Amino acid sequence: MAELVAVIASTHHPFYYRASTSTGEERPPFADEWVRKVEAFRETLTRARPDVLVMVGSDHFHQLWLDNMPQFLVGKAPVYDANWYNEEREFGLPRMRLHGQEDLSAHILREGIDAGFDLAFSNELRIDHSITCPIITLRPQADLPIVPIYTNIFAPPLPQPKRFVQLGRTIRELVKSWPSNQRVAVIGTGHLSLELGGPRQFGPHGPDPEFDRKAVEWISSGDIEGCLSEVTLDSLHAPGNATHGFMDFMLMMGVAGEGQKADYVDTYDLFHTMEAYFTWYPGGQR
Amino acid sequence: MSKYLLNKFLFTVDRDPGLVERYREDPAGTVAWWEAEEAGRILNCVTLEKTTWLAFDDEERTALATHDYPKLFELGAHPFLTLTLFIAMFERDYDEPLGFQKEYARRLAHFSLPYPDIAT
Repeated sequence: MAELVAVIASTHHPFYYRASTSTGEERPPFADEWVRKVEAFRETLTRARPDVLVMVGSDHFHQLWLDNMPQFLVGKAPVYDANWYNEEREFGLPRMRLHGQEDLSAHILREGIDAGFDLAFSNELRIDHSITCPIITLRPQADLPIVPIYTNIFAPPLPQPKRFVQLGRTIRELVKSWPSNQRVAVIGTGHLSLELGGPRQFGPHGPDPEFDRKAVEWISSGDIEGCLSEVTLDSLHAPGNATHGFMDFMLMMGVAGEGQKADYVDTYDLFHTMEAYFTWYPGGQR
Repeated sequence: MSKYLLNKFLFTVDRDPGLVERYREDPAGTVAWWEAEEAGRILNCVTLEKTTWLAFDDEERTALATHDYPKLFELGAHPFLTLTLFIAMFERDYDEPLGFQKEYARRLAHFSLPYPDIAT
């Protein structure tokens, strides 16, 4: 059976690419330290020597739209084109092309549906920065095949937080039951407190540092029960109007497992939002 | 009232470089054209299969036609769609980095929790 060699949860910050590649007067003062932190985080994936990446993210109204909105969707295609015109325009992100691991996609779809998740699927999926940002930070050579999994954290009505945790637990079991000798890493990205298009956006730090502190504690200690006892679809409005993206972190806590302390934790307090990076090694520290 | 149609306008304009410029330069004309020609287009269908019932109310039409993004927030348009499109149109007019984004926050400063409902 396949081996789950790393579980990684991260914020996805679309400004990282431009900040890290800019030079001279264009380079922001926070870029060097950000690059240093990202490169250290990248090493936690490299060390696990993965063959395949399961990538959990959320489409930002690029391909998925309100006339036909899935809650959870798995890509099953041999190739994924990536990044969109408005991401080039606003963030300077490059067009990318990633290979798919269709056999694992098929396994996750079949067994996931049989496990009680009525997963939507796509055979022609152009992925966006929720998945390409962690490729850029964690695997910039973009050489490994992926299985993209999209969640709806964006267009209400949303699934409940516990459903994200349950899907994470299921993804963990599905990866481990994949009849293959490949080494699989599951990488998911979300947000801590975040406001977009509201009065608290683009402040000197994230809109709710106290929520961020608690969130980092929940994730790093694997405190799923504590997190679920405080986080609801309603409560997530308070830290910032885009904070429902935190539910992708909750999904990744489900992949990592109850009570599983992260083997690697780092944060970076930027303007606008806090960056947070977590890695677990299910088979023990590497 | 149609939050969905507000979002559909923002979504379809934002993804088309030509429409972004057209909406920046001629908001009222672009909104009138879009409502007449594009509002009923089902995005995954041939044009023959148009939706027959979608229309803005006066408040929504005016908000779009005057680039009134605080009003769009009040009406429950999806904040991510509004922000993304308005950055595309107006960030270029500000010298300071994030100047437009900060101005945008200031113009919404009179809103407090709970924010207008964005469910469609």
